[in-house]
Amino acid sequence: MYPEGLKYAKTHEWLKVEDNEGKVGITYYAQDHLGDITFVELPQVGAELIKGKSFGTVESFKAVSEFYAPVSGKVVQVNKGLRDNPELLNQDPYGQGWILVVEIANPAEMEELLSPGDYEQWVKQQEEVE
Amino acid sequence: MREKLVFEISKKGRVGVSLPRCDVPEEEPERLIPERCLRKDLPLPELSEPEIIRHFTRLSQLNYAVDTGFYPLGSCTMKYNPRVNEEIASLPGLARLHPYQPEELCQGALRLMYELGEYLAQIGGMDAVTLQPAAGAHGELTGMLIIRAYFLSKGQKRHKVIIPDSAHGTNPASAALCGYQAVEVKSDKKGCVDIGELNKLVDDDVAAIMLTNPNTLGLFEGNILEIAAIVHRAGGLLYCDGANLNALLGVARPGDMGFDLLHFNLHKTFSTPHGGGGPGSGPLGVKKALAPFLPVPLVVKQGKRYLLNYNCLLSIGKVRSFYGNFGVLVKAYAYLLSLGSEGLRQVAENAVLNANYLMNRFKDHYHLPYDRICKHEFVLSGARQKKRGIRALDIAKRLIDYGFHPPTIYFPLIVNEALMIEPTETESRQTLDRFADALIKIAGEDVKTLKSAPHHTPVGRLDEAAAAREPNLRWKK
Amino acid sequence: MHYIPNTDGDRIEMLQAIGLASVDELFSDIPAQVRINAPLKLPSAFSELELLEHARQLGAENANIDDYVCFRGAGAYDHFIPSVVKQIVSRAEFYTSYTPYQAEISQGTLQAIYEYQTLICQLTGMEVSNASMYDGASALAEAVLMSCRVTGRDRLLLSQTLHPEYRQVVKAYLQGISVEAVEIPYASGLTDLDWLKKELNDRVAAVVVQHPNFFGLLEEVDEISQIAHRVGALFVVSVDPISLGILQPPGTYEADIAVGEGQVLGNEMCFGGPYLGFFATRERFVRNMPGRLVGATTDSEGRRGFVLTLQTREQHIRRVKATSNICSNESLNALAAAVYLTALGKEGLRKVALLCLRKAHYAWRETAKLNGFSPLFSGTFFKEFSVNCPTSPPKINQVLLRQKIIGGLELKGSYPEHENGLLVCVTEKRTKEQIDEFVESLRKIGEEQ
Repeated sequence: MYPEGLKYAKTHEWLKVEDNEGKVGITYYAQDHLGDITFVELPQVGAELIKGKSFGTVESFKAVSEFYAPVSGKVVQVNKGLRDNPELLNQDPYGQGWILVVEIANPAEMEELLSPGDYEQWVKQQEEVE
Repeated sequence: MREKLVFEISKKGRVGVSLPRCDVPEEEPERLIPERCLRKDLPLPELSEPEIIRHFTRLSQLNYAVDTGFYPLGSCTMKYNPRVNEEIASLPGLARLHPYQPEELCQGALRLMYELGEYLAQIGGMDAVTLQPAAGAHGELTGMLIIRAYFLSKGQKRHKVIIPDSAHGTNPASAALCGYQAVEVKSDKKGCVDIGELNKLVDDDVAAIMLTNPNTLGLFEGNILEIAAIVHRAGGLLYCDGANLNALLGVARPGDMGFDLLHFNLHKTFSTPHGGGGPGSGPLGVKKALAPFLPVPLVVKQGKRYLLNYNCLLSIGKVRSFYGNFGVLVKAYAYLLSLGSEGLRQVAENAVLNANYLMNRFKDHYHLPYDRICKHEFVLSGARQKKRGIRALDIAKRLIDYGFHPPTIYFPLIVNEALMIEPTETESRQTLDRFADALIKIAGEDVKTLKSAPHHTPVGRLDEAAAAREPNLRWKK
Repeated sequence: MHYIPNTDGDRIEMLQAIGLASVDELFSDIPAQVRINAPLKLPSAFSELELLEHARQLGAENANIDDYVCFRGAGAYDHFIPSVVKQIVSRAEFYTSYTPYQAEISQGTLQAIYEYQTLICQLTGMEVSNASMYDGASALAEAVLMSCRVTGRDRLLLSQTLHPEYRQVVKAYLQGISVEAVEIPYASGLTDLDWLKKELNDRVAAVVVQHPNFFGLLEEVDEISQIAHRVGALFVVSVDPISLGILQPPGTYEADIAVGEGQVLGNEMCFGGPYLGFFATRERFVRNMPGRLVGATTDSEGRRGFVLTLQTREQHIRRVKATSNICSNESLNALAAAVYLTALGKEGLRKVALLCLRKAHYAWRETAKLNGFSPLFSGTFFKEFSVNCPTSPPKINQVLLRQKIIGGLELKGSYPEHENGLLVCVTEKRTKEQIDEFVESLRKIGEEQ
């Protein structure tokens, strides 16, 4: 459910680093929690993300959540396919359901992100709080 | 049973109503109006009268309603809608009035509005009332605008409104609509406003605290006097969302607790029907200092005459056309007169007794996050059931199979798997018992039965995700 | 209390079951100093018989339009309501139900709203309609707020020929946010297009007019629409749905938001409410719309069904960021509108509109022939027209009242520049005989001057 090789934010986004760029998506837990996703609002290419700040929204038919940037940087690519097929976030959150690619401004920020194991622990804690 | 849409029933050449012949010269419209302003085609359906009656009657039969069964929707006060109110509201002398007819020819209507305002002020402990808002949220907006105008008149501009995390969504939305920053205050372990937290949040930038009392957990805010003192010390105001006033009728008055503004939901507390989503009516009561800011016109009494007073310099203006949902006001007025002051208190007592009786029956079967005397409603949690994969939604849908309307679910947001139940005073103990039996039985039913519920409705669970992904909001050929 | 089923015996048993001795204990969590000890100052309970009698007496103190002939409009209109409408909205399955959140047991209300939305789209030529707003004025205020959201701009141009109360409501809704509303003056009873062209710039979120306007006149909607769009502003129009039986719909002149008062669609005038505001716009703005929406979908067996949809825009989900704070709307009035439009249908609505048009023009021509009475404006009108009177309109109305005629609205109240202006409304309900009598009364008044 939480593939190796990715870094995870406590706000339930994943980051896959390739050179100085990072691909961003939401985790299995996040999409499962939201239920059937019906709409995604994404930033434009060129927008500046700030770590920890909202960069878009995701809607299921009865809930709205925000995406929070796992790292800061400029958006270089967004997944346009999500506009017509937001359900990709449910069906393939680590593959076709990627959200955007960001040019990582400050690699040091990645140190706060979690490993798959730590993230899984974090999710378990969340479920217990409920 | 699938009922076709009127557009699918439509057949060219059919008519549903007979209209008078034209008794004035039949000029061609092109002679009276430039042709470019005239429409080429009017694509409305064509049905005969019997088809129309059958269609809409069949549609009505697909609805659950207060008149067909128990409707324990928390926060909605789905009580019985007395028939005499309907009859009175349809009297020609009350229904067939033009809003701009001369004052001397609508004295009865103005008197009714004046007296209803007085009664509501008395019940809420307020000094002045406007009947203009069309619904609860509209009353909130009116209240926020008045609060803003009040501070402006004192040369102050405050920016924050504090709202508990258990509040109705309309509260933060109304505050935001009026330009306020909605600041959330957490609830404490007892389900009430956390006073420590509140103290930290209140400063001289706070315009108001918006509270529902009893709150959406059905609990009375026991610290209400302290809350009022905290906000008043900082120069702020205390707003009461009157959605849950049914619990307090004739027992206690928000005005005496320190609330400065209070909206009433006539379609909840005062028995006017919900109409499948409206019309409602949300009169707003205020304390003396805020009265100059009320919307215009106000109904005033001069000797034996009733007048509409538009001459209010500090008024926020108008929040809708004319004077309010008059037809709804008539029903609430009739209800109040049929209760009288003794009946009023009986409403609250029986509503609260019904809620506590029902709550008590669930204690061993559902998690009760706040186990103390409730007011008119209470909140169960489906947390125990969730452990075996059953969601509040499944429980709700299964109740339909037993002939009941489901309670409000997933609200308030601070209770996991919330099931919010409000029985009202117009239900008998026998009905409450039957409902309790059903909900308790459901707690032990198998997952498959619950997940596939409801089983006997005209349609099964509908694909809401598909509806939102590709909205189909109108019929097309 | 006959609305409460439980007896004293029931109450005692119920208290025992929860381990309490008295009802008062249920309220022990309310601080003693705020508990009421004496009964409130309210009248003693009326029996049903007494209540009905009292209500009839109140009603008798009002002039109702069964007994008076009404030539007054100005936002509330005396149109004919077919019996089918009243019969359907009187069905308790409709009026005693709640908002249709539980779709499986609310298909009646949901399908009726879906039909209402479709009918409003057919009538206005717009792409999407919501399930209703409180009234025409608040629908206009919501339209204006939506224009600001969609364009990200903060200035509005409102025509002075808009209903004065609608302008007042729009301004009240804008008080708390930093959006500026500027009024467009009028010339010859119509929105001043020269002024509009001069003042319009790319700060303007929307140009807002009423069509036919408050004076009854048809605005130059095609041109205003083009002018507004040139600077990227939205064109918001408030229309009389009866007029759309013959007038070109807002969709054809590229209005971005069409709103209006739906009272005329099968709802009693009822001293000003409950009415309904309809609200229709373009598909691409749907996520910015206020209010409820019903959509069609299917169940697990593929059967068509209806649900509330795009609820993420609404206050119960999006809270502080919702597109509006509206929750309760005017669902039952929207049902009346749906039944009305279905009953009138393609031919009927056109016929009603034509009757209004012809009768209003007949009344206007006959009035214009009178000594001292003259049209206030020369523009094209639909069912209302403004006349200049030889004497003060309040005096005229006093005389008319003695003949059980409710005359036109005195314009002076909202437009002081028209001291002797009277706004007359003629619907399909007015007979030639009534119009002749009205005109005859005016003639006498004119001659007495």
